[in-house]
Amino acid sequence: MQLLVLSILSVLLLFADYRFQQMAQVRSVLGSMTAPIQFVADVPSKVWRWVDRMSTDYEQLHKENRELKAQAIILQREVQKMASLSAEYIRLRELLNGSELIDETVMVAEVIGVDPDPFTHELLINKGYRDRVRVGQTLLDAYGVMGQVISTDRFSSRVLLLSDARHAIPVQVNRNGLRSIAAGKGRFDELELLNLHDTEDVVVGDLLVSSGLGGRFPFGYPVAVVTKVEHDPGEPFAEVLARPSAQLARSRQVMLVLSPQPETQQAADAEETD
Amino acid sequence: MRRRSGGGVIFLSLLVALILSALPLPEVAQGWRPEWVVLVLLYWIVALPERIGMGVAWLMGIMLDVLEGSLLGLNALALTVVAYFSLLLYRRVRMFSWLQQALFVFALVALNQILCHWVKGILGSSTQTLMFLLPAIISALLWPWVFVLLRGVRRSFNVN
Repeated sequence: MQLLVLSILSVLLLFADYRFQQMAQVRSVLGSMTAPIQFVADVPSKVWRWVDRMSTDYEQLHKENRELKAQAIILQREVQKMASLSAEYIRLRELLNGSELIDETVMVAEVIGVDPDPFTHELLINKGYRDRVRVGQTLLDAYGVMGQVISTDRFSSRVLLLSDARHAIPVQVNRNGLRSIAAGKGRFDELELLNLHDTEDVVVGDLLVSSGLGGRFPFGYPVAVVTKVEHDPGEPFAEVLARPSAQLARSRQVMLVLSPQPETQQAADAEETD
Repeated sequence: MRRRSGGGVIFLSLLVALILSALPLPEVAQGWRPEWVVLVLLYWIVALPERIGMGVAWLMGIMLDVLEGSLLGLNALALTVVAYFSLLLYRRVRMFSWLQQALFVFALVALNQILCHWVKGILGSSTQTLMFLLPAIISALLWPWVFVLLRGVRRSFNVN
């Protein structure tokens, strides 16, 4: 009897969660309640990193410091060029009556959890709707796009990674602007480009950047590098694989893009509950 | 009727199981994570079937769903069914040898994994490999240790 009642209750919940948007709020409340568990679960890796930090010796720090300084100078030089380039870009956009922003504001966040299910690629980050995180915002690391926020609660948010089998992102080839969609395959090191004809100009080594189409991801961030192009005469489309630029399985320091994106209904809903 | 005591200990052990389920693991070890919640629940059901039953299992399932970010009710459904079978068989399980107990644990964790996998499959995200059964093997191997540990805890804190 109890089995029947609880099973039916579970199935109803499953159905409600699958079909109705309102369940996001229930989930968000429950998520805030389980936040302490997530926090405690993260303690061992925090302690490990602390021990790691404490035990690096002077020599190593000195070496790292030197390398970082060298890297900073190189990056500074690129930024110098950026300033004039972006000014020029804005002038040209103005000539064309474009109103595209060239730079977005970002917020630094930290990964505090990885989905325990090996078949879903999701992360938990330590910023929630209290920190203006909204569903649909883009997550970056130092090397490229990582994924997008799919749910938020008060103190943390859940991010779906590019590599998840349920995820796809509109991209374009940086070299020639060829548009495609990069879909996840459930592997951290592989994305698949969908619907590219055999005759399209894409070669191994091409950089794919986010195209901004679809209004969810900002334009121009690196997404992946093409690793394999295969033409099978029997197939209507070429098989093109790419390796994500972002370190999906390793990055800990990440950035959230905060600039005004076209708001989804859910984001607006979250606004009201604040 | 015996006096009930040590609810706090049970609660704590279940909490520890939840924390272990959410513990970040390196990518290689992801698929090998034992189903801690099933193990701990199973122990308490076999030890104290009049206190811990399907209701607790269902609540743990909801907590697990929230922690894992899976659809609400997924783990709740699976754990309820697992709890049902353990409640049905707990008298026999107490008489089982280690090997039989380990096989029983394997069967139940496998049931849990298969139920989760089915529901996910129905709702559109599934994989082709049988990798999802790995936790069942690991859990069965871990069962004797979990059993001895929790029995020690139960005796020293006099939970009944």
